[in-house]
Amino acid sequence: MKRTIERHLNILEFTLASLLRRRGKNLSLLAMYLLVIFMLASLQFFVSALKREAAVILADAPDMVVQRLMAGRQDLVPTEYATGIAVIRGVTAVRPRLWGYYYDALNGANYTIMADEQQAAGLPRAAIGAGVARARTLAVGDLLPLISYNKTPVMLEVGSIFPSSSDLIAADMVVISPAQFHTLFNFPEGQATDLAVTVRNPKELPTVAAKIATLFPDSRPILKSEIQRTYQSIFDWRGGMTLMVLSAALLSFIIFAWDKATGLSAEERKEIGILKSIGWETSDVLLLKFWEGTVISLTAFLLGVVLAYGHVFFLSAPLFAQALKGWSVIYPRFQLVPVVDAYQLAVLFFLTVVPYTTATVIPCWRAATTDPDAAMRY
Amino acid sequence: MRRSVLFLLFTAASLAVFFLLPLHARQSQLQRAGNVQPGGDPLRGLHVTDLCLSTEARYTRNPAMADHHAPFQEHPLALEHFPSGSLILPPAQLRNVP
Repeated sequence: MKRTIERHLNILEFTLASLLRRRGKNLSLLAMYLLVIFMLASLQFFVSALKREAAVILADAPDMVVQRLMAGRQDLVPTEYATGIAVIRGVTAVRPRLWGYYYDALNGANYTIMADEQQAAGLPRAAIGAGVARARTLAVGDLLPLISYNKTPVMLEVGSIFPSSSDLIAADMVVISPAQFHTLFNFPEGQATDLAVTVRNPKELPTVAAKIATLFPDSRPILKSEIQRTYQSIFDWRGGMTLMVLSAALLSFIIFAWDKATGLSAEERKEIGILKSIGWETSDVLLLKFWEGTVISLTAFLLGVVLAYGHVFFLSAPLFAQALKGWSVIYPRFQLVPVVDAYQLAVLFFLTVVPYTTATVIPCWRAATTDPDAAMRY
Repeated sequence: MRRSVLFLLFTAASLAVFFLLPLHARQSQLQRAGNVQPGGDPLRGLHVTDLCLSTEARYTRNPAMADHHAPFQEHPLALEHFPSGSLILPPAQLRNVP
């Protein structure tokens, strides 16, 4: 046993010395490998965490949202629709929602303005998202001046700022009272943006949706399951962002592995020939190459995954945030709750470390089984 | 100390950090679950339908509530030009329409 360990340690020692001899080449190899693993693992952590956040946040989404379509576009819903829907058997509540977008010409940002009944009960003060507060450098008690659709100024006093931890829901949100909402948008009375419908039994949702569509042919019911499915598919493997990063990383990795697998350099062949001529067994040479592959790939894998974890969960994924940000002025800080999917990490390990190590050993096995003289002359 | 032993120690330390990641994740999840604000979450009553991932276009701010002809919302021949539009897919219920 001790002899075996000693043999492995000696070969590992030789491997490290050999890798350090070609320091430049091997360090660049390690850096590239690490980058591929880092990108793939970051993406995996980011997508898993966003999926989890979406599931948690959308658990509170309405059972059904009813929109009204006019000439193929979403239009305001008369509140009489709510009365008609409320009498459908199985419907427990219908809540007209008032929400819209406000373009702030001062900084080019888009805010999501929502009206909340609870806001009306308290003082006429606004609750704003941390993104809005950052964009306009606002604190509690400050005034947020907006221009109404009548071109009159509406001064909103900031009553509270949502914490940064709720950025994924409310970074761009301004929550005001329904009265302020009507003033700001010159919004007609008796209309709502859409209706949030609560149904007692979730199994009845498709039936209730069909009844609503029959009762109001210009309506479009959107079920909670459809909302959740939208978000699951956004972060799906087929999703645009995932595909973009994944294809670039995979392609570079395939080229890289192919280059390694197609053969050894003349210098490496010569080295194998010399080792064999001084008495190394084929198994020793294979062990040497196995350690060479393992040192590079395992180090890259472990460091890549740990760095990816830090990038996504401690630094809020700045690389991906930039991609999602686009032209947005307000964007959330992705303070995601860490999620580690052991299955996906295992897949990543078997898709990167195992093929690389194999790709290192196989061409070497071909060289190691040839005559040392021929290998040195190659 | 031999280079091989140093390498093995480094790998063991990296492995230890690697195996601590799921524990840290679990701990953070429990911590977040325990951080319930007094008086409840003020955002819960709003019944939000979308995540604030991008605020540049209506259909990427609220993809679940997007129009049928999203992302060509501006006019029928308007080409999709928002960067986030290339990253966020249209809603599931719209993609299933034959």
